[in-house]
Order: sequence, then C-alpha cells, then structure tokens
Amino acid sequence: MTAYDLYLVSPYLALAALAMLVIVADLVTRRTGLLVGLAFVGLAAPAALSAWQLADLTSSGASELTAEGSVILYTLSIDRFALFFNFLILAAVGLVVLVSNDYVRRMERLQGEYFGLMLLSATGMMLLAAANELISIYIALELTTLPLAALAAFLPNARSSEAGMKFLIVGAISSAVMLYGMALIYGFTGSTRLDEIAMALAASPQSGPLPFGSMAVLLAVVLLLAGFGFKMSAAPFQMWVPDVYEGAPTPMVAFLSVASKAAAFALVLRVFYIGFDALGGDWWVLLAGLAALSMTIGNLVAIAQRNIKRMFGYSTIAHAGYILVGVAAVATVGDESATFGPSSVLFYLAAYTAANLTAFFAIVCIGNRINSDEIEDYAGMLRRAPFLAIALALALIALIGVPPTSIFIAKIYIFAAAINTGESLMTWLVIIGVVNSVVSAYYYLRVIKVMFLQPAIHTERLGGSWPVNVALGVAALCMIWLGVAPGAILGVAEQAAVVLLVGG
Amino acid sequence: MPTGFSGLLTATVFLPAVAALLLAVGLVRGDRNVRWFAAAVAAADLVLSVVVFALFQRGGERFQLVDRFDWITTDTVQASYLLGVDGISAPLVMLTGLLGLCAVFVSFHISNRVREYFIWLFVLQTAVLGVFTALDFLLFFLFWEVELIPMYLLISTWGTGRREYSAMKFLIFTILGSAFMLVAIVGVFVSAGVGSFDMTRLLEPGGALDASRAALPMGLLFWLFFIAFAVKLPTWPVHTWLPDAHTDAPTAGSVMLAGVMLKMGGYGLLRINAGMFPEQLQQFALPIVALGVISVLYGAVVTMRQTDLKRLIAYSSVSHMGLVLIGLGSVAVVGGALSDAGLTGAAMQLFTHGTITGLLFVAVGILYEQTHTRHIPDLGGLANRMPMLAGAFLIAGAASLGLPLLSGFVSELLVFFGAFRAFPALTILAVLGIILAAGYILWMLQRTLFGPRPARWDNLTDAAPVELVPVALLVISIVAVGVYPAWLTDVFRDGLEPIVSGYNAGLAGVSR
Repeated sequence: MTAYDLYLVSPYLALAALAMLVIVADLVTRRTGLLVGLAFVGLAAPAALSAWQLADLTSSGASELTAEGSVILYTLSIDRFALFFNFLILAAVGLVVLVSNDYVRRMERLQGEYFGLMLLSATGMMLLAAANELISIYIALELTTLPLAALAAFLPNARSSEAGMKFLIVGAISSAVMLYGMALIYGFTGSTRLDEIAMALAASPQSGPLPFGSMAVLLAVVLLLAGFGFKMSAAPFQMWVPDVYEGAPTPMVAFLSVASKAAAFALVLRVFYIGFDALGGDWWVLLAGLAALSMTIGNLVAIAQRNIKRMFGYSTIAHAGYILVGVAAVATVGDESATFGPSSVLFYLAAYTAANLTAFFAIVCIGNRINSDEIEDYAGMLRRAPFLAIALALALIALIGVPPTSIFIAKIYIFAAAINTGESLMTWLVIIGVVNSVVSAYYYLRVIKVMFLQPAIHTERLGGSWPVNVALGVAALCMIWLGVAPGAILGVAEQAAVVLLVGG
Repeated sequence: MPTGFSGLLTATVFLPAVAALLLAVGLVRGDRNVRWFAAAVAAADLVLSVVVFALFQRGGERFQLVDRFDWITTDTVQASYLLGVDGISAPLVMLTGLLGLCAVFVSFHISNRVREYFIWLFVLQTAVLGVFTALDFLLFFLFWEVELIPMYLLISTWGTGRREYSAMKFLIFTILGSAFMLVAIVGVFVSAGVGSFDMTRLLEPGGALDASRAALPMGLLFWLFFIAFAVKLPTWPVHTWLPDAHTDAPTAGSVMLAGVMLKMGGYGLLRINAGMFPEQLQQFALPIVALGVISVLYGAVVTMRQTDLKRLIAYSSVSHMGLVLIGLGSVAVVGGALSDAGLTGAAMQLFTHGTITGLLFVAVGILYEQTHTRHIPDLGGLANRMPMLAGAFLIAGAASLGLPLLSGFVSELLVFFGAFRAFPALTILAVLGIILAAGYILWMLQRTLFGPRPARWDNLTDAAPVELVPVALLVISIVAVGVYPAWLTDVFRDGLEPIVSGYNAGLAGVSR
C-alpha cells in the first residue's frame, strides 16, 4: 500500500469517513439542521478529491491514474468513466440529503443513521463504477445494497418493513446467482480481472453453433445479467421494484431510483464492454431483449397504478429499458462512432437523474404535507403549490421525452446510437421504444391532468423548507439545462466512454 | 450553408413566448389588462410576421432572414439553432401571425383563468411559428412537440363537452405520429455522410439522401415522416381525432387547430417528403393520391350528415386537406416536364384553408356565444338578427366551396390542374368532392341563416366590434387572395422552384 494508493481511493475513504462522522455527530447533537448541514457540506471533500484526480488525469493525458507498485491497480480503475459517476452520484446524494431535511425531522430517532447509511451506500456505488475486477465488484455491490435495504425498512410501519425485507431477500438471491456466474467465469478464464477475462475469452476457440462459443460462458453471462438486472431494475428482474418504491421512505426511493441505477449501468458497461469485449457480437442481443421487455412491461403496468410512488416504480423499469437500448448499441460501423452507445447511456443517466430527482423531490414535498401518495389526492395542486406542481409537471413532461427537457435529447441520442449499429433488430427496438414513449405519455400526463385540471379538495397552500426548495430548484434547472444546452455534458460523456474501448 | 443572425425571425417566433413568460410571472394582472396586453402582443407579432413576408425577396437566396448559432457540437452530434424562411414558409409565418391575432380577439369572452389561458395560447403560437421556420431537424422536432402540451391544456381546461377525452385523443394521436417522425429523424441523422441535423444540406439540389447512404431503407424513412404528417394533416384513416378535438376545443383552439396546426402537417409533407425524398414521392404517388381522394370524398360524405356546426367544419377540413395530398401526387407526371401547379396548389391550399376555416370557426364561435347551441336543427333565420355575422358566414362558406374570386377557388384549381396530368381518373373523382362541398356548405348556411326563425332567437344581437376585428382581417385576406392570387402564388412558386427543378432534372436523367 503506497501513499499513491491512498490518493487513488481517497474519494471513497472521504465519503465513508463522512458517513461515520454523521453517525457520531448524531450522538452529540439533537439538531437535525446540523446533521443535514454536515452531511451536505462534507460531500465537498470527496467531490474536491475527485476533481483533483480529474485535473491529474487531464494534465497527464493518461486514460487512467496508475503508478508503479500500486496495489489497487487491478481492482479499481480511476479513469474518466469512474469520475463521471463519482460526480453524478455525489450530486444526487447531495440533493437527496437536502431534501431529506423535512422528512427526517418527523423521525423520533436514528436521524444520523439515516444519513450515514445513505452515504455508505453512495460509497459503494462510486466503487462499483470504478471496480474492474469481479471480487471488488461483488464487495462494492453489497456495500451498495445492504444500507439501502436498511433504509427501505426505516419507517415504523408494515409496508416499510415489507419493502426492506423484499429488497434484502431479492438482493441476496440475485447476489447469489451473480456469484455463481462469476465463479463460472473464473473457472473458464482463470482470472477475476476484467482485462484478463477479455484476453482469455478472445484466446479461447470460438467454434460451434453455440453463442458465446461455449455453454459455460453463455450460462455465466446469463447468470451475471440476472444479478445486474436486479440492480438495474430491468424486467424480468423487476418484481421487487413497485413494492419497495411504495413502502420505503420517499427520499430514499429518489436516491435508489437514480444513483443505484446509474451505478448498476456503470457496472454493466464496464463488465460487458471490457470483460466480454470479445463476445460483443453475441451479448447485445440478450440486452436488447431485456430492453424490449423492460420498456413494455414498465409502461403497460404503470398505466394501471393509482399510487404515484408505485407508478414511478414502473416508470423506472421502463427507463431501465430505454437505457438498455443504448447499452445494446454496440457500434459496428466505424471507429469514430464506436463510443456512441456507451456515451448515450452516460448522458441518459445524467438526464434521467435530473428529471427523476425533480419529480421525486416534488413528491417528497407534497407527501410530507398531505400524508398521501395517491394520485387522486394531487387534485388542484397547481393552486395549492404552484412551484411544486409546475416542477413536477416539467419532470413528467421530461420523462415522456418531450422537448425542451433533458430526456428528449438523451432519447434522441440513444436511438441514434441504436440505429447507427446498422442492425435491423436495433431498428425494431427503437420502434418499440418510441411506441412505448407514447404509451408512457398517457400515465405521466394523467398526473398533470389531476394537478392542473381537477379542483382541489383542500385549499391550504403547501410548501417545503428552504433546503428542500433549493434542492428541487437545482434539480429542475439541471433538467432544463441538459435539454437546452446539452453540449457540455454530451462532450464529457463521450470522453468518459472512450475508456471502455481503450481498456478492451 | 446559410449563416448569419438577423434576429427578425427569432423576434417573431419568441415574442409570444416572452409575453407568456411575462404573464406567468404576473407582470400583467387583472382580466381586462391581460386581454388587451394579449391583443397588443398578438398585433405586434402580426406586424413582425408581415414584415418577414414583405422582406422575403423572390429570386434571392433560398433561405432568407437566417438566424443561426451552434447549439450542440460534440464529436458525434452537431445541431444548430437555425431559423430561416423560404417561399414555402414565409406565407405560413404570416398566416400564423394573422390567426394568432384572431385567436386572441375571439377569446375576449373567456372569463375562467384568463391569464393561464393566454399563456398557453402564446406558447402554442411560438411553437407553430417555430415549426414553420426551423431548418434544423432537432429544433423542428422540438417545436413540433412543444405545441402538444398547450393545445392539450386549452382543450381540456377551456373546452366544452367531452373535452378531457378529446384532448387526450388529440394528444395520443399526435404523439404517436411524432414518435414515428423521431425514428425517421434519427434515421436521417445517422445516415452516412449526414451526421448533423441541418435540414438545408439535405434540401440542396444533389444533396438529397440517396439509398446507398441511408441508415434505414429510404422507403421506410419516407413513410415514417409521412405518417407523422398525415396524422397532423389529417388524412383518412388517421383523422378521427380531429372532429373530437375541434368540437370540444374553445373557439380560439379550433381557429389555431384548423388554421395553422393542420398546416404543420402539410408543410412537413412539402418540406420533407417532397423536398428530401423526391424519388420516393414519385414512387408512392399513387397510394398518396388515393389516400387524398378517399379523404376528400369520405370527408365530404361524412360532413353531409353532421348536425353540429363545429363538427361539420371539422369534417370539411378532412375533405379539404385531402386536396393537399392530391396536389403532392402531381409529381408523378410522366412525359414532359413537371409544372409547379400541383405543388403550388397544395401550398396555396394550406394558406387559403387556414383563413377560410379560421373565419368559419370565428363565426361559429360568435354564434355560439349568443345562442349556446351549435345544433343546426335548433337554429334558423339568424341572418336578419345578425347581418354582419351572416355576411361573414356567407363569405367563408362561398370561399370554402370554391367560388371564383375568393381564395379557395385558386388553390383547388391549381391542385386539379397539376394532378390531372398525372392521375386523370382520380382527379375527376376528387372533383366530385367539390360538388359535395357545395351541397353541405349551402345546406348549412340555409339551415342556420335563412328560413323561419324560432322565436327564442328573436333577441339575438349582432357581433360586437371586438369580435368583428378577426372577421374583417380574415375576410380581407380571403378576398385579396381570391381577386389577385399572384402576390401569394408567386412566393410559393419561388419556394417550390428548387423542388420542381430537382424533379425535372431527375426526370431528364431517367429518360437519358
């Protein structure tokens, strides 16, 4: 362990230390504002360290930070791809911390633990985006999932306990399945490092009619995908999503729906683009199938929902499907567009984070005041809380993919990447995608209709405290900004995605 | 590649949006103030749009008054903010300005949530103006989609009858159509050698996409675009949203819907299907003309049996917009050069139908404010209680059935001239639609304006001065185009000239 190693892992250490600090601070002070402030301001440390690493990368011109004798060299890759997710996850967790301000005030105790668990989970997510070795992937994944399971069960009611239990058990099963896949891969290639796996797979004879060249690899890929599918909340591994979304604390659901998803897609991109690079011609079909299934199931079932959190549960399944279209878009045309697919995924994740956080923050605010998540109770919200209603409406419009919002550009980008592959199957996938967008318009707009058109049952005005309003405003501005001037983030996403090709 | 930034088009397009923003932040309060503020903004925008039309020089650069700056430039995506007008879009910009002002004046009686109402109306106007002037696919699609939400809210909040159902139906149909367009736009964008969303490059002579470079089959791209525009136009069999939306929309919604939003479909067909896919348009001319003829005849027959005034006008729109498809089909002419009559007729039909149907809806709106019914059998003999209104109705009706010296005649004649050389039999069938139009228009006028007057209508008063402003504006434009159409047809012909000469070059190439 060298000092340079410490520098490389410093953002993760800083975030984990912050989690401990918040838990300890809770013992000392009973003031919620202090905890929120500490958790939020403390995030500056990992953010600054990440920025330092980014500056180092830029000045050295290398694709990855390494040094002689570094022991983490083959477990974590500190590259632009990992740093992209560091910033995305830190931004998401920062905003969620602010929004939790009103929410945790209603809790009798365990406020420090609430923030601590959330920060620990964020540490796991950041590690997941950097991990390039199967064992560290597994550990990072568990560090992500376990605190989230505890958070899901945080409320003292049956639904919340059910949510936590379901998340824990389904998570454990999917981990087991994934571990089995990892074991098979190790047995086949003799390594847990993604780059060595890629070399071993490329060297192994790819003969016979079977896809992937061998039954063992096919089985391993399917098992891994089942485990990842749970984290991505992609169908058919989506059973837990609506129940957890409905029962768990709303700010935690906001966090789960964007940060956890982003980390899962980072993992999938790294494992498939680097580890299974040699099999590129085969696995995209599997992912395309998952994409079609997720989009269709998510959108169709969302129509029938009466509870807005449940509806967003199905919506997040559908969006996992859209993002999978980008993952499956392995370019075969030319070198200059080879990063089209992965960079579209990165941009979509940023766009989705902004839009979904905006929506959830509005839901948190409204839910805090009216103590209900039923869509019908949103009647007349435009009169009762104009700011919240307009922000939520904008987010819903963004989630449909209507311009001028972030997800519109992201969808265009993902569909362009898909058609760019030149595969007719991908063209069909795009058509399934746009038809699904139309279906989604129905249920998203129904919420707007209730808020804007139906008369209010109660008339008292609603609003949140200033940290909540600030978080909501920032998320909404990012959502519009990514739609109106997406150039900067598109460029960053393209740079970050280059790593996936160099490493293979 | 057009460059520069004159700012005039940006001002024209975004003036209503800025006004909407000012209303939203509460700069203007009080229903009366809001109304007159809206009227002033709409009038200013009309002036701007007339200036755009007047400054457009025939025979000059193809795209004029260009506003351009880079919007997204990364390694893989290039898009720009690019506005410009040519001979096709300049008249449509003016039409939008004109109907925008009319829509404000017919909305003076709105008393429910006045400020919100005008906000959405202005957002709608900016979106439509943007569609007509955007020359970048991404921007074009952006404006195309932005128009949905205000129209949805206008129908569902300020409409009548089954307004929520109709608004949702409108939305689902349009969004489904634009979903297909999105695939087509992406398909064009990723085609080899394109790599940007700039429409002007694909419109240049010789710059058109060819099958060897296209990412998707050319025929598929053509039909994907066609479906989007056909839903908007609308054409049989995807027209069913229109009667519902029209019937339940507030008057201004109907005026904007029939007057300019249907024209977005026709404009897209001319700009994209005719301009970028010349070979495919020739190849598929027969099914397109057949769809047009079915729309004309089916629309006319269904119109005959309507008893609701607005529904009647809505179905007549289906019939009249079918003529646009027939005009497009004229490009399939074999032997001899293609004349510009058919395409010019199609473009003229967009403008004339906009003013005529706008006037019809304005008249029905005024009538409905007084009588609170649109059921034709309940009405009758209104002409001597409401002479001004009856005059407007008569002029609009006469123009709608194609009476010479009024604008409808010009466009219909041009369409038939152009289409006859390519599809004589189908064109003759379509002319039957005009005879049917005479039937339903005269029948409607006779049943509402003349004949015995039920006693309950004895106390009706004529249209108020503020309601007569849009009537006067639209009557003037209808007569002006009808008496001297050249001021408009010449501009359209100028815009269509590159397309027509492209076809003729293609035809010459084939015969060689």
